[in-house]
Amino acid sequence: MKTTVFLGTVGAAALAAGVAGAATLDDVQERGTLNCGVTTGLVGFAAPNASGEWEGFDVALCRAVAAAVLGDPTAVEFVPTTGKTRFTALASGEIDMLARNTTWTFSRDNDLGFEFNGINYYDGQGFLVPRDLGVTSAMDLDGATVCVQTGTTTELNLADFFRKNNISYEPVPIETNAEAQQQYLAGACDAYTTDASGLAATRATFEAPGDHVILPEIISKEPLGPLVRHGDNEWGDIVRWTLNALIAAEEYGVTSANVEDMASAAGDSPEVNRLLGTEGNLGEMIGLESDWAVNAISAGGNYGEIFAQNIGEDTPIGLARGLNAQWTDGGLLYAPPFR
Amino acid sequence: MASISEHDTQQDRQGFRPSMLINDTRYRGLTFQFIALMLIILAFAWLGANLMSNLAAAGLDISFGFLDEPAGYDIAFSMIDYTSQSSHLRAAIVGVLNTLLVAFMGCVTATIIGVTAGVLRLSKNWLIARLMSAYVEAFRNVPVLIWILIIGAVVTISGANPRAFLGEEAESNLFLGMFAFTNRGLYAPAVEIGPGALIVLIALIAGIAGAIAWRWYVKHTLFSSGKLLPGWPMWLILLAPPILAYFLFQGAIGLSMPDTMANRFNIQGGTLVGKPLIALWLALSVYTGAFIAENVRAGILSVSKGQTEAAAALGLRPRRVMNLVVLPQALRVIVPPLISQYLNLTKNSSLAIAVGYADITATLGGITLNQTGRAIECILMLMLFYLIISLAISGVMNVYNSTVALKER
Ligand SMILES: N[C@@H](CCC(=O)N[C@@H](CS)C(=O)NCC(=O)O)C(=O)O
Repeated sequence: MKTTVFLGTVGAAALAAGVAGAATLDDVQERGTLNCGVTTGLVGFAAPNASGEWEGFDVALCRAVAAAVLGDPTAVEFVPTTGKTRFTALASGEIDMLARNTTWTFSRDNDLGFEFNGINYYDGQGFLVPRDLGVTSAMDLDGATVCVQTGTTTELNLADFFRKNNISYEPVPIETNAEAQQQYLAGACDAYTTDASGLAATRATFEAPGDHVILPEIISKEPLGPLVRHGDNEWGDIVRWTLNALIAAEEYGVTSANVEDMASAAGDSPEVNRLLGTEGNLGEMIGLESDWAVNAISAGGNYGEIFAQNIGEDTPIGLARGLNAQWTDGGLLYAPPFR
Repeated sequence: MASISEHDTQQDRQGFRPSMLINDTRYRGLTFQFIALMLIILAFAWLGANLMSNLAAAGLDISFGFLDEPAGYDIAFSMIDYTSQSSHLRAAIVGVLNTLLVAFMGCVTATIIGVTAGVLRLSKNWLIARLMSAYVEAFRNVPVLIWILIIGAVVTISGANPRAFLGEEAESNLFLGMFAFTNRGLYAPAVEIGPGALIVLIALIAGIAGAIAWRWYVKHTLFSSGKLLPGWPMWLILLAPPILAYFLFQGAIGLSMPDTMANRFNIQGGTLVGKPLIALWLALSVYTGAFIAENVRAGILSVSKGQTEAAAALGLRPRRVMNLVVLPQALRVIVPPLISQYLNLTKNSSLAIAVGYADITATLGGITLNQTGRAIECILMLMLFYLIISLAISGVMNVYNSTVALKER
């Protein structure tokens, strides 16, 4: 009997995997909603607000894709995923895309069979410690107990960092950010490590954020971006170019406030005209309406607006643009040409 | 008997005709079983082929090569040497050992708790009986995951931060200079093995064997000659060899004490019985103990009252009535459901990750699966492991059951 159940389960899993191969764009349009995988809750990146609506930096990307594909930024079903469940959710077809602080790595791209569609946040891993510990450098953490989310690049970098520097630590594996926060605040671990942006976002929700410091060392490169399944290039292109449209819009000064205006008639910048569909047929090339980018930008604004509204310096999270500034401002954001 | 064989020979004489597969009741059953078997095999073949073709279509293949790759992650609690450079296979073995450890500890304590609570629930003392009922109902009716989380939270909240014990002017002192209960678990002295430890161990085993032999000898002489030998030499035989060996081989077995000076974050040295292990072990024990208590109570109640009364009439004291008359008979009823409780406990230990205990589900079925993406391989191995463990437990317990079961002669 055990074997029956077992083979049935494996068979069912394999069947589900087979279904996932179909054209995602058609599925999404037929369904009328986009299934977007996000975090279980990381304020600023993806978390439900007081009225239960999801908002945040990653959420805004889901909404922009929904707007580009369906013309409606609210036509999104948000699926909370943990570090451990996110890839299964994507591989099995439960979600159409994943926007969850996920680091683009070689093995995820090639071995796990996903396609990363660009980078929406250039990040690196850091450490958060209580100020009264008097720790000023990650090198001082010898012997410390460190909370870390499992199923992440974070836990691998952590092991590498301590081994490379020949110091010891005790890992406390944890499933979600909320739980990690609780353990850290209860003193069950001396330090919490994750992407520096996540640390800032987590610290912003503390009662006394000033009592905690983020150590200066950034121990890894964490290029975070949206991803889809391998094998559906059209769908991958849509997510990639929606992100590029948001980045390009900032570069060319297209904002949620002026996009309607600029899209009403062709202006004098050919690049903007092509982006907004008043010239050329880029929309057709990507299999969408000609105003796809207009919809995406209207959803939550261009990249800069989304950044400022969710995680920027005027929010409690207070992240500076840093590497995430436009290339024209000395950052790494550089959208390929729209032509 | 005779008529059947007569019938048989008659049939043989007529020979076997294919139509008998349907018409003859003796063969019809076999025919249908054969058809059902073929259908089951076909269904499996179909599922298997489907699995293979879908995996191939998704560009996946079944391969266990990842087991040799470095795991890359650290594990907080391991009974064998393990670093992040060890292989995924070794990480899986660490998980297996951790599962076995908590399952074994859980089964032992659950049995102790269960037997005690089950017996006491039948006590004539109103308060004790009610307390035990309350225990059984509270623990049986709340999911074990909740208990794991509750106990984990209680340890976190009630334990002090290890920093309170550290440094020259520590806020708290080690209990007896040896123990510290912290929000990360219990720090205790560790046993350190030196040269000659093996001899001490052999002496210990010899002592135990000798003590058992003495008891047997006392019983034997009592039954054969009616002479009751004193019981105290047993203790001498038990304790003398190991104590002697311990003092002869100085330093064979030592203690390493928790060190509060070495580090600014944590107590070093000694051993740490970590919070994850404590939470998981206690939760599994008290939860399963509540079920075992009910099995024990049922077993005791199944022994007819006449037995107790007869034993009492023979002048046995209540304790001996319980130990010599009631429990041996009750075991027949208790042991079979006890086996399933042990199986449940072992399988429930897979909830370990809820408190961050690195069992097999957390290492192989959690981090390894996630980092390598080898879901099917990892799940297959997990199922195989739990299957083997469960069968092994049932096997051992069935042997035990046959020793206590009603002997049919
Ligand atoms: N970038 C790393 C770590 C991602 C990660 O788990 N980030 C945390 C904090 S920045 C998070 O999003 N947690 C939200 C949750 O627990 O749902 C990865 O891709 O493996």
